[in-house]
Amino acid sequence: MSHRLGAFALDARFTSEGRVTALFGQSGAGKTSLVNCLAGLIRPDRGRIVVDGHVLFDDRGGVCVPPHRRRIGYVFQEGRLFPHLTVRQNLLYGRWFTPAHERRAGVEPVVDLLGLRPLLDRRPGGLSGGEKQRVALGRALLADPRLLLMDEPLASLDAARKEEILPYIERLRDETRVPMVYVSHSVPEVTRLASTMVVLSEGHVEAVGPVGAVMSRLDLVGVIGREEAGAVLDTVVSGIDVASGLTTLRSLAGDLYVPRLDLRPGTPVRVRIRARDVMIATRPPGDLSALNVLEGKVAEVGGDDTASVEIRLDCRGEALVARLTRHSVARLDLHAGRTVYAVVKAVAIDGPVDRPGAGARETAPADAEEARP
Amino acid sequence: MLGLGVLNPDEIQAIRLSLRVATWAVVWSLPFGVLAAIVLARGRFPGKALLDTVLHLPLILPPVVTGYALLILFGRRGVLGAFLANTFGIVFAFRWTGAALASAIMGFPLMVRAIRLAVEAVDRRLEDAAGTLGAAPRWVFLTVTLPLILPGILAGAILAFTRSLGEFGATITFVSNIPGETQTLPSAIYTFTQVPGGDAGALRLSVIAVIIAAMALLVSEFLARRVSRRVGA
Repeated sequence: MSHRLGAFALDARFTSEGRVTALFGQSGAGKTSLVNCLAGLIRPDRGRIVVDGHVLFDDRGGVCVPPHRRRIGYVFQEGRLFPHLTVRQNLLYGRWFTPAHERRAGVEPVVDLLGLRPLLDRRPGGLSGGEKQRVALGRALLADPRLLLMDEPLASLDAARKEEILPYIERLRDETRVPMVYVSHSVPEVTRLASTMVVLSEGHVEAVGPVGAVMSRLDLVGVIGREEAGAVLDTVVSGIDVASGLTTLRSLAGDLYVPRLDLRPGTPVRVRIRARDVMIATRPPGDLSALNVLEGKVAEVGGDDTASVEIRLDCRGEALVARLTRHSVARLDLHAGRTVYAVVKAVAIDGPVDRPGAGARETAPADAEEARP
Repeated sequence: MLGLGVLNPDEIQAIRLSLRVATWAVVWSLPFGVLAAIVLARGRFPGKALLDTVLHLPLILPPVVTGYALLILFGRRGVLGAFLANTFGIVFAFRWTGAALASAIMGFPLMVRAIRLAVEAVDRRLEDAAGTLGAAPRWVFLTVTLPLILPGILAGAILAFTRSLGEFGATITFVSNIPGETQTLPSAIYTFTQVPGGDAGALRLSVIAVIIAAMALLVSEFLARRVSRRVGA
């Protein structure tokens, strides 16, 4: 699909089967234009859009389904609730236009899922930003969409409000069967929610694939952002040690120890290990405060010309990314195939709950960490 | 002292006629006013500036000129007047319906301006949102746009209503000053001032005119506040 808007050209081609497809990119990458094309709010110049087997747009076949017949839900960044209707009326708005035999989402379950019961008789004007977005989510869901678009639904909220909404979106993902496209420029949100990731840059698709695979590609570090780049591991809670306050997460790459998570054993947890938080040793290190040491082989050394480089490790099939100075790479003679040990501080692992004040963690004194068990 | 309680039948007739003329003028012009406001606020077509100017003419022309134009167009031998009389049996000349037409034309620019401002203030992204929820354009208009511009429509209607009550120049030129048929409140006041000893009557009717206008304004304020509280952000 391609579209030109003044000097900006959008040219995107991808297919996704994922439950949640993240459209990731910096501001101005064309994410919103792309979802507007999906929703039918923008008519692309050329291309073809198919959702769930329904052709929504095809310039060659002369197909352009108007937005109200697309059955594509849209949660906008600013909510866009109808100010003249109550929360209840907002929620039921789309239902009005859904044919009776296509109504699947029940009002009561959605109201409960999103915790909207206390808000039903209020008007949007009196709601907080987080409440508005929850209502917007419910409103879109109750129209029984074939696909749910979310355009940076958390971007206008502060960190605490984001934490308030994210669990609801996770429940939505896990408890409804509506596929979602989630637009964001936030790596934590994308890695937490998405199964498939589409990286957009200047109107072009840079990469498409499972989140873990895309996040560990060294050539995308520049697009994703140096500070946020890093690997994503899918793990399962395997043990909780009450005495030490640690939770063990089992992954293909090995066990990870993280500060206690209030999750039952067996719960899947996706963690993100930022490249800048990973140290590399060429021998198994001892007497170290850091809890996590994962053995692996260097798979790729980034070919950047700057003073620091990213290297990708293969830890028993799982990818890990580390950011080192070029000097260290040379000193340790790191090259593809070499066996190394990746060292990660337990507190540097981003678990399912992004605790507020992530910056403060970086400057925590070293003695705040516990000795290796 | 002025004997406000003892209005004579002619005066009561003038007041009732004025209210009827103003009501009809507003009711009939309102749909066109909404349409014109939407076209001017959102339409993009050649000749838009010309349409805007023509609609505003009654506001800036001497009312007598507007009345004379109506006489030429809608008089018994006027182009439109003859057509309407022969085809539909609608006659404006020297009838109270003509007074309503003159009032409607004179109040139209004010009505359109108020509604147009409201239309321009509507967040069109809300209409897009309604579309993604399955609402076809006509439903978007009825369930989102119309409720959101309702305060503007009310304001426009009341402005046009009060303007109608005060209409004099175009009315007297177009349909003259016939008691019981086209003698509205302003015409009646004017007639009183032209006869010896008519001062008391002129004053009585003037006080009535002030009261009606003030009440209309109060009602409009009240409604506007209620509606904007309901629509309020």
